[in-house]
Amino acid sequence: MFEIFGIPSTALFGQLLIGLINGSFYALLSLGLAVIFGMLNIINFSHGAQYMMGAFAAYIILQATGLGYWPALIIAPIIVGITGIIIERTMLQWLYKLDHLYGLLLTFGIALIIEGVARNYFGSAGLPYTLPDSLRGGQNLGFMFLPNYRAWVIAVSLVVCLGTWFVIERTKLGSYLRAATENPTLVRAMGVNVPRMITLTYGFGVALAAFAGVMAAPIYNVSPQMGSELIIVVFAVVVIGGMGSILGAIVTGFGLGVIEGLTKVFFPEASNTVIFVIMAIVLLVRPAGLFGRRA
Amino acid sequence: MERVVDPLMKKNTSRDRSIAIAFLILLAVLAVAPFYAYPQFVMQVLCFALFACAFNLLIGYVGLLSFGHALYFGWASYVCAHMIKIGTISIPYWPGAWLVIPLPPLSPELGILAGALTGAVLGLVAGSLAIRRQGIYFAMITLALAQMMYFFALQAKFTGGEDGIQGVPRGKLFGLISLADPYTMYAFVVVVFLAGFLFIYRVIHSPFGEVLKAIRENEARAISLGYKTDRYKLVAFVLSTTLAGVAGATKAVVMQIASISDVVWQMSGEVVLMTLVGGLGTIFGPVIGAFVILTMQYKLAAFGEWVTVIQGVIFVACVLLFRRGIVGEIANILRVKL
Repeated sequence: MFEIFGIPSTALFGQLLIGLINGSFYALLSLGLAVIFGMLNIINFSHGAQYMMGAFAAYIILQATGLGYWPALIIAPIIVGITGIIIERTMLQWLYKLDHLYGLLLTFGIALIIEGVARNYFGSAGLPYTLPDSLRGGQNLGFMFLPNYRAWVIAVSLVVCLGTWFVIERTKLGSYLRAATENPTLVRAMGVNVPRMITLTYGFGVALAAFAGVMAAPIYNVSPQMGSELIIVVFAVVVIGGMGSILGAIVTGFGLGVIEGLTKVFFPEASNTVIFVIMAIVLLVRPAGLFGRRA
Repeated sequence: MERVVDPLMKKNTSRDRSIAIAFLILLAVLAVAPFYAYPQFVMQVLCFALFACAFNLLIGYVGLLSFGHALYFGWASYVCAHMIKIGTISIPYWPGAWLVIPLPPLSPELGILAGALTGAVLGLVAGSLAIRRQGIYFAMITLALAQMMYFFALQAKFTGGEDGIQGVPRGKLFGLISLADPYTMYAFVVVVFLAGFLFIYRVIHSPFGEVLKAIRENEARAISLGYKTDRYKLVAFVLSTTLAGVAGATKAVVMQIASISDVVWQMSGEVVLMTLVGGLGTIFGPVIGAFVILTMQYKLAAFGEWVTVIQGVIFVACVLLFRRGIVGEIANILRVKL
């Protein structure tokens, strides 16, 4: 036990860990937003609601079938991803020719519907979701205690984020995606089914949000408003990082999570607002965002 | 260079006539409304109608979607309620140290003025940050800034946190006319609403308003014609937030409470919905939209959380099926401008 700037090291490292956990969720969600925005030119306001759907899907799967965390980690994103595909096919696809703002308004409406329905059936209070047995307990690292589940969340989000980056930036499929973002008409002329690619991209982005939701379920309570509170912070993260770069979204997400954690130690009153303050400063200094390209 | 004189704009009698008729109908409805409906409800509708009109000035005429307009509405409501009820201003300039300006409780019109000033100052700060980015980012920045100020409102002492500022006295207008009587109060709210409404109409149909519409249609071209579009956008933003402040402050006097529910992001969404339902970029749309949404909330209050779902469905339906909104559709059928 030692002290840094008058703060006990356990408290400091504890908050750093929480910051990294929050950062994992910021990174996963802003990554999904960036991928969707790249292909669809739509800001997916329902991203937070779909994250919440993932958590509820895991909860319902456990209640209805008894299937625990591990199956839910696969099944819930698939189910929520399919609902995303349905949303894209029935609604979003009619908006691509219109102003971006309509996409935002439509997905905002969808978010209200999802949140309202969840509140009707489950109430506003949080529901607990138990940890899987295999991830209980933790490691004593000497300077702090590291719960296994938290370590797992950070590791998995890093792997998923970097995996997504690899697929988009380094594979053939990713090159199609990037090409279709730049010039859909030309890519279509080459024989690539661009509309299907757009649909699947939206499904993937939504599934990513649901995946984050399942991972969040054992840490935070499963509650209808868990997504809307998070998504506004994620918007600020996206403004800070800029949506032009996948790697930028990941780095910004983790970085801001850590900064928020540190703020909780040194200046707890500002921990809710620090990300917004950073956003304001970034807008003053680098209006295009840290990793953004000037439009 | 600042003045645009377009011969087509000088006299447009058919436009003037349809708007004049609609305005007369509005006046007639306002004159009889308190005798048929609960005056408190009509006053609430008028506050939200002014709020929605202010919001519409941005989205409808400059093409800027501010997703954080609750910030100006709610904070103006807090400031007005505080100034009318208590008056004394205490500002922390250092942890533990307060700058105290002793003031007596103000009369309602000065309270509303303080609310308007709050809207203007907050709008100037938030606007100068938000206009640094275009399109979708603008919406996200305004939303994030509003959320930040929501947390401040939750923590600040004078707002009363979750309780809000309750029991705000209505007081005497100009220190003379008591607003305790519901009909006197109603007349005052109608005057405030009409002043704001006509001011917005004037702005939209001024040379300045023409430049705003040019920015909405094609910002790059407006820049190439030599207009400093950022300045125009900022002025429009501050005008809008000032009027949103007037609306919020008036609501605090009407409802005699300023609460946290006026600062949350759901309120920002609600004003978007009102404007969308009524018709983006129409002069009367936001008024109709505010009336429709508040009536719906009032009638469906028994359904609890389903109201949120219904609002979501209306959002989706408006975006997919009738983007013109109620007034926009009527104007389209009648082939007039409203």
